[in-house]
Amino acid sequence: MSYQPIRFYQTGTFTVGNRLLPDEQRSVQANMRRTNSLNSGHRACQGCGEALGARYAIDAAMEATNRQLVAANATGCLEVFSTPYPETSWQIPWIHSLFGNAAAVGTGISAAMRVKGRHDVRVVAQGGDGGTADIGFGCLSGMFERNDDVLYICYDNGGYMNTGVQRSSATPPGARTNTTMPVGDSTGARFGQGKDLPAIAIAHDIPYVATATVAELRDLEAKVRRAMEFRGARYIHILVPCPLGWGHASADTIRMARLAKETGLFPVFEAEHGSVTNVSKIKRKLPVEDYLKPQQRFAHLFKDAGRPDIVQRIQQLADRNIRRYRLLDDVERRA
Amino acid sequence: MLKQVEGSAAVAEAVALCRPEVICAYPISPQTHIVEALGRMVSTGKLSPCEFINVESEFAAMSVAIGASAAGARAYTATASQGLLFMAEAVYNAAGLGLPIVMTVANRAIGAPINIWNDHTDAMSQRDCGWIQLFAEDNQEALDLHIQAFRLGEELSLPVMVCMDGFILTHAYERVDLPTQQQVDAYLPPYVPRQVLDPADPVSIGAMVGPEAFMEVRYLAHAKQRQALELIPAWADEFHRIFGRDSGGLIHGYRLEGAETVVVALGSVLGTIKDTVDEMREQGARIGVLGISCFRPWPMAAVREALAGATRVVVLEKSLAVGVGGIVSNNVSASYAGSPDLVHTVIAGLGGRAITRQSLQKVFTEAMESSLEPLTFLDLDYAIVNRVLDREREQRRSGPIAEAILRELGVVGAKIG
Repeated sequence: MSYQPIRFYQTGTFTVGNRLLPDEQRSVQANMRRTNSLNSGHRACQGCGEALGARYAIDAAMEATNRQLVAANATGCLEVFSTPYPETSWQIPWIHSLFGNAAAVGTGISAAMRVKGRHDVRVVAQGGDGGTADIGFGCLSGMFERNDDVLYICYDNGGYMNTGVQRSSATPPGARTNTTMPVGDSTGARFGQGKDLPAIAIAHDIPYVATATVAELRDLEAKVRRAMEFRGARYIHILVPCPLGWGHASADTIRMARLAKETGLFPVFEAEHGSVTNVSKIKRKLPVEDYLKPQQRFAHLFKDAGRPDIVQRIQQLADRNIRRYRLLDDVERRA
Repeated sequence: MLKQVEGSAAVAEAVALCRPEVICAYPISPQTHIVEALGRMVSTGKLSPCEFINVESEFAAMSVAIGASAAGARAYTATASQGLLFMAEAVYNAAGLGLPIVMTVANRAIGAPINIWNDHTDAMSQRDCGWIQLFAEDNQEALDLHIQAFRLGEELSLPVMVCMDGFILTHAYERVDLPTQQQVDAYLPPYVPRQVLDPADPVSIGAMVGPEAFMEVRYLAHAKQRQALELIPAWADEFHRIFGRDSGGLIHGYRLEGAETVVVALGSVLGTIKDTVDEMREQGARIGVLGISCFRPWPMAAVREALAGATRVVVLEKSLAVGVGGIVSNNVSASYAGSPDLVHTVIAGLGGRAITRQSLQKVFTEAMESSLEPLTFLDLDYAIVNRVLDREREQRRSGPIAEAILRELGVVGAKIG
C-alpha cells in the first residue's frame, strides 16, 4: 500500500490538516494543481454525495494518470446534472452513450487506445447503482470477465434517484422508495440477498476491488490511485448519500456516509485478485438506529410503536458485515 | 484476384482490407463465419493492429464499437436477427452520436417463432434508426459495399449497415474478385474523426439535449442522410475508377427499356427476379426490374425517375409490416408518380421460404393482367391458415400457434393424441 493513514495528534482522526503534511501526502483535492475534472456550476442537488464522490475520484484518477484520462458515463444523475445542454462540467474527454453500457463503452475506448499505442491513456467508466447493479450488470460482468483495462466506479446511492427515487437492486432492505412504499403490512424494500456488487466483482477475480464512502475522501483518493497502479478490470464502489432520496438534511451527507460505515452497514475494504487485502476498521461501533433515524426513508420503522423487528434484522446485517470483514479491532471485539 | 469463396469469407477479407482497428462481435447465425474469419486474422497477426473483442451480447458489441469509434478507431461488428434487436438501443445511439461504425447484417427472420433463415425483417426493424442501409445483391457486391461503407460512413460521420441475405449469400460459395490492399488504400483514406475522445483536447460527447435544440439535432441527421444521396453515386463512380467494376450506388435498373411493369426488390432475390424477367421478356412481356441498393436514405428522386415509364409496379419484399402490408412498397408508393393503386405489394420468402421462378412468373403475369391483389403473400398455404383460424374460433384453448401449424403439416408431434 502506498497510502499510509495518518493519525493527527490532536484528535486521532483522519480529517483535515493538509497543511501539517508534506506535499506528497496532501490530498489531490487540496492541491492547487487539481484538475477540477467535474467543474463547478453543475446542477447537482445541495449536499449531493455523488457529485462529491465523482469530483474526488476523477480528480484523483487524473492525478494518477498524469491527466491522460477518458471517461464513459452511464445515464443517471451524474450524467444529467453535469451536461445539461449546452453546458458541460467535464474538463476531461467524456462520453455518455446509454444507461446500461458504460462498461462496454469503456472497453471500446480502452481497445482503441491500445490499438493506437496510447498505453498512457487510461479509461474510467462510471454510473450509479441502477446503471451498475441492474441495467448495466451484463456489460459490467462482461468487462470484468474479459479483464479489460477499465476502472469502473459505481456511485451507490441505493436507488433510482434521477427518475424520482425508485428501488434498485442496491436499495437497502427496509428502505422506503416510491416503488417500495411502506403501506399496510409492507415495511419498505424487502429483505433478500440484494446485489452485493463488490463481492460479485471480487468473484470475477479482477485485479482490484475497493469500497469507499464520501466520508473518507482521502481514503477514496488513495483507492483510485491504487486502482490506477493495476492494468485490467478494476472496480470501486462508493457510497454516496442522496439527501433527496434518503430524506436527510443536505448538510448531513458526510455524516450519513460515516454512520453507514461506523454501524457496519457499509463495509469499507480493498481486495486484490479475489482476496480481501485491507479493511477500514470501525473506530467506534454504533447501533444501526443512529444511521437509520435521521433518514426519512426509514421513518416508518420508528413511527408510533415502530418496527423493532425490522430494525433488529438490519442490525443483524450490520453484525454479519462486521464478522465477515472483521471490521472491529480484536481488542474491541473482546470488550 | 478471382477467388471461389464463401460469401462470409469474402466479406471478412474485404473488412480486413479496410484496416479496422476494433472488431467486436457476439455470435449469431448466419453472421458467425464472418467474425470467425476476422477473429482468425487478428489471432494470426494477418490483421494488425486490430483488437478483436469477444463480447457478452450484441448490446455490448455495439457499445464497444461506440466507445472505440468515439476514441477514434475504425470499428466494425456484425450481427443478424435477434442480435440486431437486442442491440437496438445502441444502434440508435451510434447514429445519434454520429459514429461511423460499419456493421454487417446477415439478414435473418425475427422470432417468435424462432427461425434462423433469411428474410429482411431484422434490417427493416431498424430502418428509421439513422444508419445508412445498403443491400447487397450478390457476394461481389457484399464485398464491395463494405469498402464503400467505411468510406461513406467516415465521410459523413454516420454509421453504415451492409445488409446481405443470411445463408443465401453468407454461406454461398461464389466467385468474387478480391481487391488488393493497394486498391483499397487508394479508395479508403485513414479515418480522421470529426469528434474524438482525446485528453489533449477534451470534449463532452453525448450530452443531454432538451426541447430547445433536439429538433435541430434530428434535422442534422436527416440532412446528413440527404447528403449521402449525393455521395453514394459519387463514391460508386470512384469505386469503378479504382476497382474497375460497378458496385453499390442508389439503384440498379435491369431491362427497364420499354418496361410497363417494373418489379422492385432488394437483396439476393433480384437474381431470381432477373432470370424470371429474362424468360418473360423472351415471351414478349414488357417487364423490367429495379433493384434498390440503398434503402436508407431512401433514393426518392432516383426511384421516381426509374419508374417514370412504368404503368404498374410490383414491389416484392422479404418483410411484412404486420397489420399494414409492405414496408418497401410504402416507400415506393411515395416515389411513384402514378396512382398508388398501381403499386402492388408481394410479400415473399419470409423465414427462408423459397422464392421460385415459377411463383414469380405467376404473380408478375397476374400483375400484367391486372388480376393481382394489392397485397399478395407469395405461396402462402391458405388451407393451413384457415384451418388454424377455424380451430381458434371453435376452441378457446387452441394451443401454441406455431405448433398448430406444424401439426397440420404433420412435421412435429407437439402434442400427442
